[in-house]
This record gives sequence, structure tokens and C-alpha cells, in this order.
Amino acid sequence: MSTYVGDAAKAPKFQTAAKALVADTQVRHNVRHATDIIRQKRAKVVGEMADWEELRESGHEIKQHTLRHLDFYLEQFETKCTAAGGTVHWARDADEANGIIVGLVNSQQAKEVIKVKTMTSDEIKLNVALEAAGITPYETDLADLIVQLGEDKPSHIVVPALHRNRMEIRRIFLDKMNLSELGYKPEDLAAAARSYLREKFLRVPVAISGANFAVAETGSVCVVESEGNGRMCVSLPKVLISLIGIEKVIPTFQDLEVFLQTLPRSATGERMNPYNSIWTGVTPEDGPQEFHVVLLDNGRTKVLADREARETLDCIRCGACLNACPVYRQTGGHAYGSVYGGPIGAILTPQLQSMQHSQTLPYASSLCGACYEVCPVKINIPEILVHLRNKVVEQGDAPWEEKMAMKAAAYVLDSPERLERARNVGRIAQKPFVKNGVISHLPGGLDAWTSVRDLPALPEESFREWWVKREREGQV
Amino acid sequence: MVAVLEKLGHTVEFRPAQTCCGQMHYNTGYQREALPMMEHFLEVFRGAEAICIPSSSCVAMIRDHYPKMAAHGDAALKRAVKNMLPRVYEFTELLVDKLGVTDVGAFFPHSVALHPSCHSLRSLNLGDRPAKLLGSVRGLTLVDLPDAQECCGFGGTFAVKNADVSAAMLSDKVRCVLNSGAEVCAAVDNSCLMHIGGALSRQRAGVRVLHLAEILASRDEKGVA
Repeated sequence: MSTYVGDAAKAPKFQTAAKALVADTQVRHNVRHATDIIRQKRAKVVGEMADWEELRESGHEIKQHTLRHLDFYLEQFETKCTAAGGTVHWARDADEANGIIVGLVNSQQAKEVIKVKTMTSDEIKLNVALEAAGITPYETDLADLIVQLGEDKPSHIVVPALHRNRMEIRRIFLDKMNLSELGYKPEDLAAAARSYLREKFLRVPVAISGANFAVAETGSVCVVESEGNGRMCVSLPKVLISLIGIEKVIPTFQDLEVFLQTLPRSATGERMNPYNSIWTGVTPEDGPQEFHVVLLDNGRTKVLADREARETLDCIRCGACLNACPVYRQTGGHAYGSVYGGPIGAILTPQLQSMQHSQTLPYASSLCGACYEVCPVKINIPEILVHLRNKVVEQGDAPWEEKMAMKAAAYVLDSPERLERARNVGRIAQKPFVKNGVISHLPGGLDAWTSVRDLPALPEESFREWWVKREREGQV
Repeated sequence: MVAVLEKLGHTVEFRPAQTCCGQMHYNTGYQREALPMMEHFLEVFRGAEAICIPSSSCVAMIRDHYPKMAAHGDAALKRAVKNMLPRVYEFTELLVDKLGVTDVGAFFPHSVALHPSCHSLRSLNLGDRPAKLLGSVRGLTLVDLPDAQECCGFGGTFAVKNADVSAAMLSDKVRCVLNSGAEVCAAVDNSCLMHIGGALSRQRAGVRVLHLAEILASRDEKGVA
């Protein structure tokens, strides 16, 4: 058994991956274009809500309350779901969840499954586990299909193929769907995906979904989506398996009132999702006749145990923080090396892995606060980033050059005399590098600054010196 | 800042024992190292009537993080932070809120784009205070900065730890500054300005950066304004 988040443990450092992506003009153009559109749409529909701040606060309160009583609500969900004809399974980690799901599919003698978009399944590498067991998973969300056919990785939690443009998608469809011709228009691509998928909706007997919400009071599961593929998956096959992170539970049906307003507006800039599917257990002769829920921990209880970071689990996966993040907008999601990219990924990914991997992610932020500003459940991501940075340092995992520099800086800054002396030394040391009042090249690691920017030289007279002189002259 | 406050008739004191608020260490994860800096800050500024800081990110450090750091300390430390907070002002807060001034009698005949730094915008919520002050400067043309609310990419140690992404963000900001047609880019944070100004200088862009206080301290040399 083991806990993992996709291949994040083996991913390169953020700054290494980012270097290549920043140089990729196509990715940068695609990401900028897509996030600009979603941001504009979000701003418009959020702007029309007079009670937006109250909704954010309510969402935060509901989630915080639930997390404080998570044991109670999870068991309530299990009881209600079971009473309605569902079967609830508990998975401690990714391997255990994969084992349960593969076992369920095998018990149907099924060799194929259709999937509704679920990032949680990417977290546990479910497709890899299914394929290893001889089961073919078909992604039915358009973006997930693009990623799957392109043998690619998702780069956004809501729009997984956001890094691809239309021409690239057309190329993938032409190659992987064995088409002889395909138009360039969005409707041509949608039509190709539709005919590719429709046949599978009608034929494949087992579907796998994630969940946006699991309602404890009723045992209901809720999935929201835009394309109708989800509705097909949760209604046509005879067996439905829903993989649900334990943080997805909410206490009451009425709580959906808050989230079904904030989620679509934050995620896709829509007032309401085109498809909102909510089902409770099994309904005889209507929809799947066998329904399984796999409740997944996979590191979540470790996040819960940290009081200062537990609100990470409030996340409803709207992706607004990714679109708002100036770092994400330059790199796209692949730089984060995780199925969860952007600001939320930067705090969630290392925590799910007990702070043993992905430790460069908490530093992948300028702490500008744009993520916190748009978060519909008010997760203070900048605060948590700093908290996690402190953990990295306290664990002794910070790079040694940084540790040395920080210790030296602290030594200097702890005393005004030392600060004064350091300034005097700096004034002499900078001499060979100063030209016209600026420094354009510095040696060693300091070149990280001067490779793209000039640095103003230390002035001949510091403010402090000016002040002392002025005071002296004033007294004469 | 000294010139502006003195012109308004206030006594400015500079306490030479001051060093750093500890923001760089705190934000990089060195909270252990930041603690003595906070204690030093509290000691140095004890008893001051109003503490005026020309950097919104330093003010944000003090306002947002000192109470949390003090929460781990003894009652005296908690009290010291609590007593100090109401007396800490970012420069434009002091002028507009405490002193009720928006026209400081400055003269600056140039076109200026205002970069609202992230901390001034999202932590201190300075709103239109800096723009109001600039709007009252004679001769000054305030031009719109496109995508003004986007981070410039400085982010303290982020600028060197993630140098490539920081440079990409800076490139966006510089493009906006140049598109604004301004001759000067102003802000209430010298750290952003060092970053933006460094790129403008490197690119020989013909635009300079100035702290808002430098503009407010500008006078007509013939004393007309």
C-alpha cells in the first residue's frame, strides 16, 4: 500500500520544469489566451452577485464545520448511501483505492470502462492500474479525451487540455481516431469527439466518476459538468463507481445552495452548469443498478491534522486560483509536476505527500494574493504557502546556499552597526561592477537578478548618513 | 517622505537603531530568524506616536504576520504587538486617513503610471489613496496602466529562486508600462520599483521609476506651485 499523487514524487523541481515551459511560446500563448477568456467570464458573472462575499464566507464556514466533524459526516454519508442501495468502500491510499476499483470492474467481467472527468482518479493513477489489469478506460470529458489520446498530462484541474490549441487538438484527433479528414472549426472537432464517444456510452457497462459533492444527510452524490458526457456516464451503464476524496462531503442538501452558485461562476464563468447530476443510491429500473462509492484518504487526514493548513481541504476544485495566478499563467500546469497545478496544487501536492516530495512547489509563488482574492471558499493560499515554506526550512530541506544566505542576512540585520558596516563593505565591493549608477552583471548565483535586470548601485550617501549629517548641521 | 511630512508641519524622527521588519526571512520560511527582527522592531519603535513606513509590503508583514508570530510568545510580546499595530501607517494611509491630506502642494510636470503593488492592493486595501495623492499634484498627468493589478513578479526571494518565471512576469509588466505611454512608473513599494526599474534600465526603455513619496516631494524650482 502506498500514498502518491500521480507521478509528483518523481517530478523535476518547479524551477527546472518552468524554465522549459517559459521558453515554449506555443504553451504560453495558449495558456494566456484561455485563462484570459475564463477570467473575463468569471469577473462578469461574479460581479453581478450582490452577496458574493457572503457566499464565499458561507462556503468557507460550511467546509470548516464539516472538516471539524469529518468522522461524523463520513459515517452519516455511508449509512444513508447504503440505505439507498449503494455500497461504500473505504480506501486508505491510492493503491488500496485502485485495488478496490479494479476488483469491482473485474467482478463484472468488464474489459472496458467509461469515465467522467475525475482529477482524483489521476491522483491515484487509476488509468494505469486499470490498463495493467487489462481494462481499457475511456475518458469521456472532451478535454480529458484530448489528454488521453495525446498521451499527455492534464495541465488544469477544470480545463485539463488548456495548454493545447484547436490546431493541435485537430492533429491529435486525426492521428488517434483514424480519421481521413477533419475540419478546423470547433464544431467539427466536437462532432468527431461525439461520434467517437457515443458508441462507447451505449456499449460500455461500467462507468467511473468522481464527485463534486457528497451529501451526508441524504447519501447523495453530485457531479456538475458542461458537456453531458457525465450525465450519460451516470445514467446509461448498469454499474457506476464513484471515487470520492473524503473532503468532498458536505452536511446537508441545502448546503448545495451555496456551492452550486459559487462553483460554476468561479470555474467556467457560468451562472449555472449545463448539467447538474445528483443521485442517491440505486433507483430500481432507472439508471445504474449497482452503485459503489470509494471514499479516498490518500494523505488527506495528514492535511487535516495541521491546523494552520487544513483549510487546504476546503477546496471545491474550481480552478479560479489557477486562472488568476500570474505564475501559472506563465508556465501552465505541467511545471507543477502534479495533477494539481497552480496555487492550490502548490499547497495540496506537497501536503498529500507528507511534505516529503514536491517541496519546491510552496516557493512557486510571488505571494501576490490573487488566488486568495478569487477563491470561492476563502482559502488563504499565500498564508499556507508561507507556512509550508517554514516546514521545508524546519525539516532542513532548504538548499544550503539559501540557508547560508539567510543566516548571514539575519546576522547583519540583527544589529544596526553590522548593517552599517555591511553597507560600507558593499559600497567598496560593488565598485568594479557599477557603470552609470547601475550594476548590470554580478558573479555566481547573484546573476539570477542581473541576467535580466539592472540593479541600482548603493548610493554614495545612504539615507542614514544623510540624516546624521542633517541632524548635526541642524544643531550647529 | 521626510520632506513631505515636514512641509505639512510634522516633526519627523528617524531612529537609527532600526534594521528590517523581517519580511524576507518570514516569507522564505525562516520564521525562527524573523522573530528577533520583530522583537528588535518593537523595541526600536516603542513609544512613537505614529510609525510611517514607505513600503506596503513591510506594513503587511507587520499587520498580518506580527500577531501570528507573537501568538507563540509570552504575554508581554503579544501586548507589545497589539499596542503597536494601531500606530503603524503606510505612507499614503498616514497622509489620507490620519492627516486628512490629499494635496501636498507638489509640482511634477510629467506623465505617470501607477503600479498598485500586490500588498497595497490586496493586503492593505489602499484603494484609491495613492491615485488621489497623485491626482492632486500640479502638472502631473496620471495615465492608465493596463492590467495594473497583475503582480510584477518580484516576490522577494521568488525573483531569484524562480528567476525565469519572475522574468516572464516582469516582461508582461514592462510591456504594460511601455504601452501606457508614461514617462514615469510610480508605486508605494521600492521593492517592486527596483525590479521594474531594473528591467526598464536594462532595456534602455526611456521610462524611469519613482516612489510616490519622491513625486509628492517634488516642487516647482521657482517656488510657484
